[in-house]
Amino acid sequence: MTATQERPAAEIGKDRRRKEDQRLITGRTRWTDNITLPGMLHLAMVRSPFAHAAITSIDVEAAKAATNVVAVLTGRDFGDELGACINAWPITPDQKTPPHSPMPADRVAFAGEIVAVVVARSAAEARDAAELVDVEYDEQPAVLGIKNALEDSVLAHPDLGTNKSALWVFDSSEAGTGGDVEAAIQQARTDGIVIEREYRQQRLIPAFMEPRSVVVDPTGEQLTMWSATQIPHILRFALAATTGVPESKIRVIAPDVGGGFGGKLQTTPEEWIAWAVARRLSKPVKYTETRSESLVSAHHGRDQVQTLSLAADKDGKVTGLKVHLDADLGAYVSLVGGGIPVLGAFMFNAIYKFPSYRFECQTVLTNSTWTDAYRGAGRPEATYAVERLMDELAAEVGVDPLVIRERNWITHEEFPFTTVAGLEYDSGNYEAATARAKEVFGYDALRAEQGERRARGDRVQLGIGVSTFTEMCGLAPSRVLGSLDYGAGGWEHASVRLLATGKVEVVTGTSAHGQGHETAFSQIVADRLGVPFEDVEVLHGDTQVAHRGLDTYGSRSLVVGGEALVQAVDKVIDKARHLASHLLEASQDDLDYGGGRFTVRGTDQGIAIQELATATFTGHNYPEDMELSIDAEATYDPVNFNYPHGTHLCAMEVDTETGAVTMRKYTCCDDIGNIINPLIVAGQVHGGLVQGIAQALWEEAVHDDAGTLVTGSFVDYLLPTSADTISFDVLHTEEPSVCTTNTLGTKGVGEAGTIASTPAVVNAVVDAVRHLGVDDIQMPCTPERVWRAIHAHDGDAPTPESAMPHFEEDAPNQDPTAGQGAGQ
Amino acid sequence: MKIELTVDGAAVSDDVEPRMLLVQYLREKLGKTGTVIGCDTSNCGACTVHLDGTSVKSCNVLAVQAGGRTVTTIEGLADTVEGDLHPVQESFRECHGLQCGFCTPGMIMQAVDLLKENPNPSEEEVRLGMEGNLCRCTGYHNIVKSVLHAAGGGAA
Repeated sequence: MTATQERPAAEIGKDRRRKEDQRLITGRTRWTDNITLPGMLHLAMVRSPFAHAAITSIDVEAAKAATNVVAVLTGRDFGDELGACINAWPITPDQKTPPHSPMPADRVAFAGEIVAVVVARSAAEARDAAELVDVEYDEQPAVLGIKNALEDSVLAHPDLGTNKSALWVFDSSEAGTGGDVEAAIQQARTDGIVIEREYRQQRLIPAFMEPRSVVVDPTGEQLTMWSATQIPHILRFALAATTGVPESKIRVIAPDVGGGFGGKLQTTPEEWIAWAVARRLSKPVKYTETRSESLVSAHHGRDQVQTLSLAADKDGKVTGLKVHLDADLGAYVSLVGGGIPVLGAFMFNAIYKFPSYRFECQTVLTNSTWTDAYRGAGRPEATYAVERLMDELAAEVGVDPLVIRERNWITHEEFPFTTVAGLEYDSGNYEAATARAKEVFGYDALRAEQGERRARGDRVQLGIGVSTFTEMCGLAPSRVLGSLDYGAGGWEHASVRLLATGKVEVVTGTSAHGQGHETAFSQIVADRLGVPFEDVEVLHGDTQVAHRGLDTYGSRSLVVGGEALVQAVDKVIDKARHLASHLLEASQDDLDYGGGRFTVRGTDQGIAIQELATATFTGHNYPEDMELSIDAEATYDPVNFNYPHGTHLCAMEVDTETGAVTMRKYTCCDDIGNIINPLIVAGQVHGGLVQGIAQALWEEAVHDDAGTLVTGSFVDYLLPTSADTISFDVLHTEEPSVCTTNTLGTKGVGEAGTIASTPAVVNAVVDAVRHLGVDDIQMPCTPERVWRAIHAHDGDAPTPESAMPHFEEDAPNQDPTAGQGAGQ
Repeated sequence: MKIELTVDGAAVSDDVEPRMLLVQYLREKLGKTGTVIGCDTSNCGACTVHLDGTSVKSCNVLAVQAGGRTVTTIEGLADTVEGDLHPVQESFRECHGLQCGFCTPGMIMQAVDLLKENPNPSEEEVRLGMEGNLCRCTGYHNIVKSVLHAAGGGAA
C-alpha cells in the first residue's frame, strides 16, 4: 500500500509460473466429486444397453427394497419438472430436431441413454441397486453410420420421417464473395487439374481426465449446482429456461474442472436428472460418472464424411473448391449440434486465395452417442481436408507441397483480406511462419535424406508432412452469431474491484479448466493497472460471483475475456483519476498515470492506485460529484474473429513391411499475435498437438452393428501415453502479425495445435509411401491400414478372409471392425 | 473388516467393506481427496499413491490389502502444504508440467517412484516409466521435462 512500490519489468510476455499450481500439486483441490454435503444422497443411472428400443416396462421394486436406497425414479415419475436438453443452434429454420428428454419414458435412441435413476445413501449402494432395476425393452432396428442414415431406410427417430436433420449451404457466387465453383470445375476438367476425394473424419471422444460430476444442493434460498462444466453461465440459463426455476434462484458453480476440450461444453441429461431429483427429495445429491459411462454418454466429436472437389489450373493455382459434408449428430441435436461442422464452412479455404467456393453440410441423426464440440470444433475437419488436398495437388503438379501453398496463399502485403467465405482476415504473415518453421525443422536436409532412402529402397521410409493452417477464433461477434441463428451472443464480461487493503479482485465471465487464466489475467491486470502480479486475484466459475459471462470455449477467453478485462481496468483508472486530482489538488489534465501511480507533471507529487482504493474505503475526503468507488466493469463484444495461423512440419518414418509408423520430428511456428505468457502458450500448443496427432494415428470411437460402443473404456479407446509421443519444437514468428481488433494484439491459441497437426501427420505418412502408389490412408493410420495401403496395388493381396483370425460366429469379445473399411 | 494402517504419517483405523478399494477408502473415509479417480480399468494412473514406498494405482488395491502397511498420498508428500514442496512437485510447477491438474497427483507420485528407481533417467526412460499415467492436457512434453528437471536437481 505504499506509494513507492517498485514496478517490475512488464508482466505481459513474461513466463510467469502459474498461480493455480500450488493447490494442484499438493492435492488441495476442489473437484466436484470432492464435495460432500450433510445428508447428501448419491445417484446411479440405469442405462439402456440397446441403441434403439421401446421401453415396455420398468420394475423398480427390488431396487427400492434394497438397503439404504431412498428412491428409484424413471421418466414416467417426472413431468415437466425434468426439463429438456436444448439445442441452441438450429442451423436452418426447418432443421429436424427430435425432442430430447434427459430421461425418456417411452423410447431410447442410443445405447447408454438413461432410463432410471437410483438414489441411495452411498454411491456403492446406488450402483448395486441399479443392477436390480428390471427394464423390459422392445428392440427396434437401429441406424448406424452416416451412409446408412442417408438412405433413410431405417430411422433413428421414426416420428421425424427422415434421418436428415438439416442442410446448410454457402455458395460464393450467391453470397457475392466469389465465382461459380461448378464453372471452375468444368474449366479444370478440360485444361487443368481436378482433385476429387472422399475423406473420413472418424468419430473421436474428448476424454477429459476428470469424469463429469454434478452436485445439487436444494437447501437455502438459492438452488446451487456444482458441475464439472466449461459453461456455468449457459448451464444456469438453460436450467432456468427449461425447468421453470427462476434464473435468480439458481447458482451454478464450476469449481476445479479437470479438462474439457469441448467435451464439457454441454448441458447434460445427468445434470438435469440430478437437478430434478434434488428438488423432488429436497436433499443434496451427487452423481459422478464412471469412465465407461463418460465414454458412452458424454458427447463425441468429429464424425464426418467429406466429399471434396478441388479445381486448379495446370500450374496448381486453385480455381475453386467444392465441399459436401455429411455429419453425424448422433441420436440428438446437442447444444451446439450441427453448428460444429458449420463452423468449418468458413475455414475450408484456409490461407488461400480461392476464387470460388461452395460448401454444403448435411447433418444426419443416427442411433449413436450424440456429437458436439471437440477441440477445434469444425475447423480441424476443414483444415484436414484442404491441407490433404493441397498435398495431392502438389503431387499432381509435381512440385514440393510448400511450393503449391505459396502459389495460392495470401501474401503478407495483401492484408486485410476478404476471403471467398466472406471473412475479413485482419493480419497474417504466412511467409514468415513458413520460413522459420522450415529452418528449424531442417526441411531441405530431411527432403534430401528422404530422396536417398527412397533411392536405396530402404525398408523404413521417411515422409514429410506440411500443414499451413489458419483458424477463426475468439467466439465471437454477437451480431455474427445472430446472423447464423445461434441462440446466444459472444461477448464477455469482466469487473475489477479495488479492496480496502489495496489488493485487486478481478472477476471474469470466462471459466477456466486448466488454461491458466488466474495467471495470465493477473499479468494483464498487473501491467495495465500497474499493481504487483501477486496482488491480483482472479475470480471465476461461480454465477453468484461472476454474474455475467459466456464461459470458455472456442479459444475465446483471452481474446474476448481478456479484452473485457482491459476495458474494465481502463475505467478504473478513469474513475481514480478524478479522485487523484482531488487529493493531489491538481488538474486532471496535469496527471500522468504509470506504474500504478498518478503523478503531477513537473512535480514530485503523486499517489498510488492502492492509496486511492483505501481512500474510497474510508470515504473521508472525495469530490462532491464523485460516486464513492473506483471499481468498474465492462462488457466487450468483439468486432471480428481473430485469425492465428502457423506452419507445422512433421517427419514420420514408416516401416513398409509392417505398416508401423513412428514420429521422428515435429516443428511448428505459430503466429498468435502478442503473447501474454509464453509458458502457458507452449503448454496449450503441446497439448493441442497431441490431441491432433492422436486423431491421425490412434483414436477412433467405434460402434458395432448393434450400436454398442466398442471403445467403451480406456482399454479400448486408445489415448496416447508418454511412450507414444515425442518432444516438440514450438516456435513463434519473431515479429508476429498482431490482431488489429483488440488492444492486446492477441490471437487465440487453445485449439491451434489440434487444428494444425492432424493433416501434417497424415500428409507425412502418405508422403513416406507415395512412391509406392499410395495417395490416401484413412485415419487413424493404424499399421494395418498403412500396410494395406502399401500393398493395395502390388499383388500382395490383403489376407483372405479364410486365413484371418477366425472366431466363432456370435461369440463374445470379437473385434467387430475386423475386415471393415471406410464409411462406417 | 477392521483395518489399521498409516496414511501420510498418521495411524488410522476403520471398518471397511472387503470390496472397498484403497482409493475409495482414501477419498471417502479419510477425506484424502487429493487422490482422484480417472477411470475404472486401471489405465489412467490418476489414483497413484505409494504403498510401503512403491507406487501403486490405488484403484487396483483393496483397502484391506493396505492393512498394516504405510500409504503416502500427494497430500503427504511434502512436509507442509504451504511451505516446503517435494522437488518433484516443485519441478512440475517450474516446468509447467500441469494444466487442469487432475492427473497431476498421480503423475507426481509415479515420477517420485521412477526417480527413486532410476535417479538419472534418459528422456526415453522417463517416457517409458510414466507410460501408465494418462494426461489429456499437456501432450506429455512438459511432464517429461518436469521429471528430467527433478532428476537433474533442478538444474536440467
